[in-house]
Amino acid sequence: MNEIVVKKELAPKIKVIEFVNHDIARKTKPGQFVVVQMGTKGERFPITISGTNPDKGTVKLTFNEVGRSSQKLGTLNKGEVIDNVAGPLGTPTEITKFGTVLCFGGGVMSGPISYEVAALKEVGNRVITAIGARNKDLLILKNEIQALSDDFHISTDDGSEGYKGLDFLRTIFEKEKVDRVIAMSVATVTLRTISELTKTHGIKTIVSLAPIMLDGTGMCGCCRVSVGGETKFACCDGPEFDGHLVDWDLLESRKRVYSHEERLSALFDEDQRKGFSSSMCRR
Amino acid sequence: MAEKLKLNRVPMDKQAPEIRRQNPNEVASGYTYEQAVGEAKRCIQCKKPGCVPNCPVNIDIPGFIEAMAEGDLPGAAKILYATNSLPAICGRVCPQETQCEQTCALGKKGDPVAIGRLERFMADWARENQEESGVGKISLPKTTGKKVAVIGSGPAGLTCAADLAKAGHNVVMYEALHLPGGVTAYGIPEFRLPKNIVQAEVDYLVNVLGVELRLNQVIGRGATLDELLSDGYNAMFLGIGAGAPMFLNIPGENLNMVYSANEFLVRLNLMKAYLFPEYDTPVKIGKKVAVVGAGNVAMDAARWAVRLGAEHVYIVYRRTEAEMPARMEERENAKEEGVIFKLLTLPTAIIPDDHASVKAMQCVEMELGEPDDSGRRRPIVKPGSEFILDVDMVIPALGTRPNPIVARTTPDLETTRYGTVVADETTGKTKKDKVWAGGDIVTGAATVISAMGAARRAATDMDAWLRNCS
Repeated sequence: MNEIVVKKELAPKIKVIEFVNHDIARKTKPGQFVVVQMGTKGERFPITISGTNPDKGTVKLTFNEVGRSSQKLGTLNKGEVIDNVAGPLGTPTEITKFGTVLCFGGGVMSGPISYEVAALKEVGNRVITAIGARNKDLLILKNEIQALSDDFHISTDDGSEGYKGLDFLRTIFEKEKVDRVIAMSVATVTLRTISELTKTHGIKTIVSLAPIMLDGTGMCGCCRVSVGGETKFACCDGPEFDGHLVDWDLLESRKRVYSHEERLSALFDEDQRKGFSSSMCRR
Repeated sequence: MAEKLKLNRVPMDKQAPEIRRQNPNEVASGYTYEQAVGEAKRCIQCKKPGCVPNCPVNIDIPGFIEAMAEGDLPGAAKILYATNSLPAICGRVCPQETQCEQTCALGKKGDPVAIGRLERFMADWARENQEESGVGKISLPKTTGKKVAVIGSGPAGLTCAADLAKAGHNVVMYEALHLPGGVTAYGIPEFRLPKNIVQAEVDYLVNVLGVELRLNQVIGRGATLDELLSDGYNAMFLGIGAGAPMFLNIPGENLNMVYSANEFLVRLNLMKAYLFPEYDTPVKIGKKVAVVGAGNVAMDAARWAVRLGAEHVYIVYRRTEAEMPARMEERENAKEEGVIFKLLTLPTAIIPDDHASVKAMQCVEMELGEPDDSGRRRPIVKPGSEFILDVDMVIPALGTRPNPIVARTTPDLETTRYGTVVADETTGKTKKDKVWAGGDIVTGAATVISAMGAARRAATDMDAWLRNCS
């Protein structure tokens, strides 16, 4: 179980893997995620699912090697096994015929948005897809997503390819009636900007939130977010919510809480780690 | 057997408070052989023992203690393991003072026999002396060919799985997390229940009793109950506990440095955040920590906070110590370690600092009025008593409710408005065909041993049913 059968680098530090897990492949729907743990000392971290092949029993994950755990996952090669994968978790996205849907995938989330685009197309929606990244080197899955979509746009933060920034969305909304927007990005600010923009156009907008998670099954409340004034657990009530109702300030502050520990963890190599822990324990 | 009644129990060695405040290791060191036999000899072997009926799994307590008193440890182990598959856990975390020891005849004149400590000694000895104790050499009956799914590997699931495996059924146990044990793995701290002991109890089920364990299986999200049943299981036991944390529902509760007790304990117990960065999962600790609530979970969180180096740790509780649900032993341990009890105090808001973290907690003082439904005197707000408690971390430990995932994906599983599963009290049978349930998922958060008792009753009923089903 969990043997990697495909591994590719899509851009610097962005990898896609496919691993075998029939249970997960059989049950997954777009919008759901898995929780992965690397080794007995690893943390549990969520990755949104980018697609499955139920016949082969494979599950596709696209991920950014940003932290210690995702870097460890990135070192696994074809034929190797991921220690622990639990899923699918979270509530699936609503897939129905809305009319015209605009899907936005930022950076690594272009992977999972392609899964939603395909599902939305299948039930007869017109799908406009936009993908974005910091610069042109970090854009992924351009051809694949373009082939799935009725209309396709690219944007980069620095303007090195496609539109610069997110203002082009305004032009689309002015030109064409869009019935729903679905936005996925690990950058909270991107989701927030898109939600604020669509609010002025009165377009229902679904955002996939990525707060810090621990167990991913509703046990700890670490991932709590405020939506429409109510506290929700992103791991089981979400991760997708109405972007016009999300308390963005709260989400941004809760995502930063361990930034010090993340920097600290990155400073140590394997040998140093143990010595530091035991000397620390805790005073 | 005892020449003269010994009124005082043999004391058990404990780490001194100033030492244990600085390490995660078990507080009580357990009896030595001499201490254990000495304590066992205090038992007067009542003709009609009061202890056995007050044990939720009806261990033959005088039986195993008599064997111990005679120095027959293998005999004692055999008696103990015949009725309890998890004695090393029960010997440590059962509330013996309100169960077996409460009705011990010696308790009328002096200390009751230290049944829990004797159970712990026996279990530890049996585990460390596998060959001699013989507990690893149990002969299982011929397989019945019946297949059972046990959902959850906490105290209820482990007990039910063990009983059904011993009866000859093929048992597959499903666990949502990456480690087995349920609350004994993620909830109860190392300093009360070392994790290698939990692992050893699970290993016994897998290696000796032949239970198949499947980790990372979030039943309900992954396979549903109906899918499992149509997949060839003859019966199913739900022991999925009450794992979802409750909050205070006061302003400021989503600030950083507000951890549910579950989150704090999962980080420390399951993910070993006290060993960060050797282990990858971090945890924060404040200088002044308020734990809100007064159950065993609250004590566990407060005592972890002490060990992580918090300077002031408060238990904030709206009633008085007399109404606290936590065991006396845990309250005493917490106080010895310097935890301060802020009684008759109710939080009303958590005040933010400039970084969306905790600056302080606003509280009101309470007084006790007439008894409420629980029979405890109802706390009432004292008018004009608002005050600010200077803390920088808040840990709500207000109890847990069942995780809704299974109920949401099983329409014909009857649940109460509290989210608990409706099951027959004596048999554990739910309203859904072929499905039994027991433990916190039925009762709401309770004790390890009451979950084990319910699981044992369910296993008995399931065994009878399985033998008659085609």
